[in-house]
Amino acid sequence: MRPCTPFNVYNPRQDTVTARTLYDKLWDSHRVADLADGSSLLYIDLHLLHEVTSPQAFAHLRRAGRALWRSDATIATPDHNVPTLHRELGLDGFDDPLARLQVDTLERNCRAFDVPLFPLGDLRQGIVHVVGPEQGLTLPGMTVVCGDSHTATHGALAALAHGIGSSEVEHVLARQTLRSRKLRAMRIEIDGELPAGVSAKDLALHVIGRIGAAGGSGHAIEFCGRAVRGLSMEARMTLCNMSIEAGARVGLIAYDEVTENYVNGRTYAPSGSLWQAAIHQWRQLHSDEGAVFDRTVHLQAAEVAPGVTWGTSPDMTVAIDGRVPTLEEARTPLQRQDWQRALDYMGLQPGQAIAGTPVDKVFLGSCTNSRIEDLRAAAEILRGRRVHPRIRLAMAVPGSGLVALQAEREGLDQVFLEAGFEWRAPGCSMCLGMNADRLAPGERCASTSNRNFEGRQGRGGRTHLMSPAMAAAAAVAGALVDVRSL
Amino acid sequence: MQPLRTHQGIVVPIDRANVDTDMLLPKEYLKSLEAEGFGEFLFDDERYLDPGRIDLPAASRRRNAAFILNQPPYDRASVLLAQANFGCGSSREHAVWALRDFGIRVLLAPSYGDIFRNNCFNNGLLPVVLPQAEIDRLFATVQADAGIEARVDVEAGTLQIGGRALGFELDEGHRHDLLHGLDEIARTWTCRQAITDYEQHWRQQAPWLFDRRR
Repeated sequence: MRPCTPFNVYNPRQDTVTARTLYDKLWDSHRVADLADGSSLLYIDLHLLHEVTSPQAFAHLRRAGRALWRSDATIATPDHNVPTLHRELGLDGFDDPLARLQVDTLERNCRAFDVPLFPLGDLRQGIVHVVGPEQGLTLPGMTVVCGDSHTATHGALAALAHGIGSSEVEHVLARQTLRSRKLRAMRIEIDGELPAGVSAKDLALHVIGRIGAAGGSGHAIEFCGRAVRGLSMEARMTLCNMSIEAGARVGLIAYDEVTENYVNGRTYAPSGSLWQAAIHQWRQLHSDEGAVFDRTVHLQAAEVAPGVTWGTSPDMTVAIDGRVPTLEEARTPLQRQDWQRALDYMGLQPGQAIAGTPVDKVFLGSCTNSRIEDLRAAAEILRGRRVHPRIRLAMAVPGSGLVALQAEREGLDQVFLEAGFEWRAPGCSMCLGMNADRLAPGERCASTSNRNFEGRQGRGGRTHLMSPAMAAAAAVAGALVDVRSL
Repeated sequence: MQPLRTHQGIVVPIDRANVDTDMLLPKEYLKSLEAEGFGEFLFDDERYLDPGRIDLPAASRRRNAAFILNQPPYDRASVLLAQANFGCGSSREHAVWALRDFGIRVLLAPSYGDIFRNNCFNNGLLPVVLPQAEIDRLFATVQADAGIEARVDVEAGTLQIGGRALGFELDEGHRHDLLHGLDEIARTWTCRQAITDYEQHWRQQAPWLFDRRR
């Protein structure tokens, strides 16, 4: 087979008059070569690394005697497996020797390969998908990859961003490119305005419930419509973050003044004349009028209510004033069987009202919902209220050291502490429960994270996904409750 | 990477949709720095009655006799028959390493998680996509005849099982890599001039994406 056909990067056809989607534009501008098998080599502008999916890639690079292609396009921070307590002790604060070894290995690999690192104890350390945009490392119009499926988060800034496996991490480290196949384009248009008390997380759960956990498979989703335009940058990140829960590796939102205002002035963002040149280019980062999508879904924002998941797949969603489905509502025998299994696992009855379900733990955090606006939304509910005595643990885990600092400046940490929450140090924490923050078998959690899979937050643990405001309300009520009723 | 030309093996049916990578390999085992040794932890929460650790030998744990991978002849299966959206969720390649280390070389399902499917090809596993109706027929065949074997020919793109022959689609690049056990990184090296040329062009177009150290 022929190795590769370099794409003529100077070809003016790149600026063709045919209408293109945002995804087309990002794809075209990063296409290095067309390979004989129909895939393309795509250039990668930003590669985020963490301690869990990178060690094998570095070890393999070393064994093969390969060098890093470009260290200034790579940045690392530990997040998946760091404890959220005793962080002032650094590595000595780790109870788990394996976690300590992973974080230590990341630091050693970064030194050996000259990769910039936001280490433990650095204010800039945090969850990769919070840190990238916060630092201005993530910029509109770029390609972003990370060995983590929630990399879709960065698509909120009109960047082409998706998760990759460890073999691909190694490929990007060594070649600054990825062999890719173009995805189909899907447009999800959300008309109207979100009702009061309804957040981007509720919208994300609504979308996943509508199109299903595999509804976006093989597609790059572009979220658009008035409701999306009206979201803040952080809310857009929450929405794009959960694209993968609808099966889509890529979630995108067009560039606009919200994006511009968010990026302007961030540490790694361009300034001066470079900024002027950049925004001139970025203002083209939208789907052209008449661009063709392979699939379009229309949703009405007015129909979105505060939502929770009832089962073990993120598409098993229900509005908080709704009921768990009955088995008779299943469309296929396989779905019926999956629902039965989910109900058994979750300890719920078919047809029961979801509100009022007692909760044991509350987790506020994760790359979906650990930014300052998320903390503010939860704190607003908690101010002057107390966590219900039934709750064994309620924890707030900010997404980065800088988010924590901002929250502390606003006095939010005090609101959480006075309400009975624990105020922890940044990391992925109970979203995936790699560290000590996890559920015991049978424990039920109101969680702002992104996955309700069996065992996700701890073997036998039961996860209900929801927004920060809804999780705070559940903490106060000791049960799943409509935040609008408080 | 081990080449995959033809393969014949016992088919194990996992009859549920949306089997996620957390289920294939729970996070506990992501603490490893290695890219192998995960086979005994595949489907860990279902395979064992007690919780495990990466540094705890699985032989000392209590097996769940009701789980199919603990039952002969499925404990020797190398073809996994699955339902839609298999391998959804996390990008952890560890899930594929666990399948591979258990001995699985071929997967049959109506659809897969996108990242998971790439990870399969990068480890010499073949994730075959078949229409739902065909998958339903295969479940019926396998459930009626425990231990039945399937034979796959990567070059020809054919699957034989229970006296039937089916064709499946596979793009040329993936077929080529599987047949030759190719390392993608070595292959991309032949494009290095194109990468350098592109980089030069892109640096002019978007200089703010270069020399970004602060």
